[in-house]
Amino acid sequence: MTDRQSYAMEFAPANSPDGFRVELGRDEPLRLDSDGELGPFSTAYQTYGTLNPEKSNAILVCHALTGDQFALGPHPISGRSGWWEHMIGPGKTLDTERYYVICANVLGGCMGTVGPQEINAKTGNIYGLEFPVITIKDMVEAQAMLLDHLEIDQLFSVIGGSMGGMQALQWAVSHPERCFTSVPIAAAARHSAQNIAFHEVGRQAIMADPEWTEGGYLAGDSFPVRGLAVARMAGHITYLSEAALHRKFGRALQDRAEVSYGFDADFQVESYLRHQGMSFVERFDANSYLYITRAMDYFDLAAEHGGVLANAFQGVETRFCLISFTSDWLYPTSESREVVRALNAVAANVSFVEIESDKGHDAFLLDEPKMFETLGGFLTGAAKLRGLESA
Amino acid sequence: MSKSQNFSADIDRPDLALIAEMVAPGTRVLDVGCSDGLLLELLSREKDVDGRGVEISQEGVSACVSRGLSVIQGNAETDLYHYPDGAFDYVILSLTLPALHKPRDILLELLRVGRRAIVSIPNSGYWRHRLHLLFRGRIPDMGAHATEWFDTPNLHPCTIRDFVMLCQALGIVIERRAQLDARGRANRFHGTGAFANLFGEQAVFLLSMKQER
Repeated sequence: MTDRQSYAMEFAPANSPDGFRVELGRDEPLRLDSDGELGPFSTAYQTYGTLNPEKSNAILVCHALTGDQFALGPHPISGRSGWWEHMIGPGKTLDTERYYVICANVLGGCMGTVGPQEINAKTGNIYGLEFPVITIKDMVEAQAMLLDHLEIDQLFSVIGGSMGGMQALQWAVSHPERCFTSVPIAAAARHSAQNIAFHEVGRQAIMADPEWTEGGYLAGDSFPVRGLAVARMAGHITYLSEAALHRKFGRALQDRAEVSYGFDADFQVESYLRHQGMSFVERFDANSYLYITRAMDYFDLAAEHGGVLANAFQGVETRFCLISFTSDWLYPTSESREVVRALNAVAANVSFVEIESDKGHDAFLLDEPKMFETLGGFLTGAAKLRGLESA
Repeated sequence: MSKSQNFSADIDRPDLALIAEMVAPGTRVLDVGCSDGLLLELLSREKDVDGRGVEISQEGVSACVSRGLSVIQGNAETDLYHYPDGAFDYVILSLTLPALHKPRDILLELLRVGRRAIVSIPNSGYWRHRLHLLFRGRIPDMGAHATEWFDTPNLHPCTIRDFVMLCQALGIVIERRAQLDARGRANRFHGTGAFANLFGEQAVFLLSMKQER
């Protein structure tokens, strides 16, 4: 059993030092896009900062494909720092002395929120591929149920990068009255053919691993380590840029002076990718990877609105701030501009900035002072409008 | 849309006060090339407008967003086309027109997107510029940014008369106009005639499209 599996299974029912976990959908199940329903189901989340008495300072941070609720560390499995340490904390852009930051593990995830690795109460077996296919909208609905549980009517902001940005957009479309602002970073209103293609490579790598056993590996004693690692390796390349890879590794060799004329990891970049793949396997579930990538592939905000993206935002009063990065080829600036144009077409309140960076899609996770400056300014301006007193 | 427009130079932008004066309170305004948002902030504060901006530089956008303004990073010449007809009461273009590749097309776009447009231009017909060319035989720096002819963002310098003639040709009505002298004071030549063209260093126009009868 991997650390991740034992973590998921031993997760304390509620309020452990590792965070919070609640059961949602007990009275009313969550109706899924796929026509199925889910409930009751567990959602695990972390909070940082303090909710003010008016409950007007809550920010929902939505994590990306391979993220989880541990935006700040230490991560309970890897022991490493959180994925958005640069962004969240006292005095940082998402100032925890001012805002109440909530981050929940997404539906289909593997860090305490219900997903394919959990036991299906109806059958007593691990879900595996019995788990229903979920969508970004389903994830957002599950988060809305969490807010109901926390008795928070309106978020000051919903913020996320990549898949988190998709959720931020979906939030504003599904529940505009519940988000004062929405900040989709390095995101898009739909998954492109190229995005879907890369995901398919990852999924095929997992499913081609004999240890995957048609998704039933958790019931047996196997885990598609190699398949999931290869999926992560392929994905990881798409998060970087050619320039970033070159700067970091070039053609440098790994612990050797000459090439070995074999298939060892001669190059540092190979060794790095292998390490990325293997450390990912420790903390992520292969079936979760299938389900969440599928949810992203299905995402297309315009499709639900007659193929016209602007229609999705009709009458939305949420204030938007979109951010993209010059070297991000996975969710390029043109995708953010599509959203900006749709928002302009319905006279929505939108700001947009493209940040110069050579770090690729991953830039949103990194120390990008201009991103912090823009987002910080946007939030400060919005806080004044919302009547949040400054800290 | 020039990046060379120095933000700190905005305090030396007397045309902004004249523009602000032409905007009716409580209206929807798009400022194209809004720089660091000085005018938009002024309009929000003094005229209670619902303001939006387009700015080409990331620094400018960040500065605007930090002021709580809704501004998108973009280029007037490619992005205006995506706005619906009549989306704004006023679309403002301050001192940017000569820097555009297709000023004529953009002028029409301003009046498609906005019910009115407010355009300010540096006047190449200003007497000092004329004398500069006449006596020194060199192209004057008409943008007042101390740029050489090969560095100037102004691809299409024009005079007040040039601008007025273009408006006539396009069926654009000049509802109001004002000239500024070199010290940024509104001067008394409020016509569009020879004196205005000679003594106005900058001019501000409130424009609308001629109504079909």
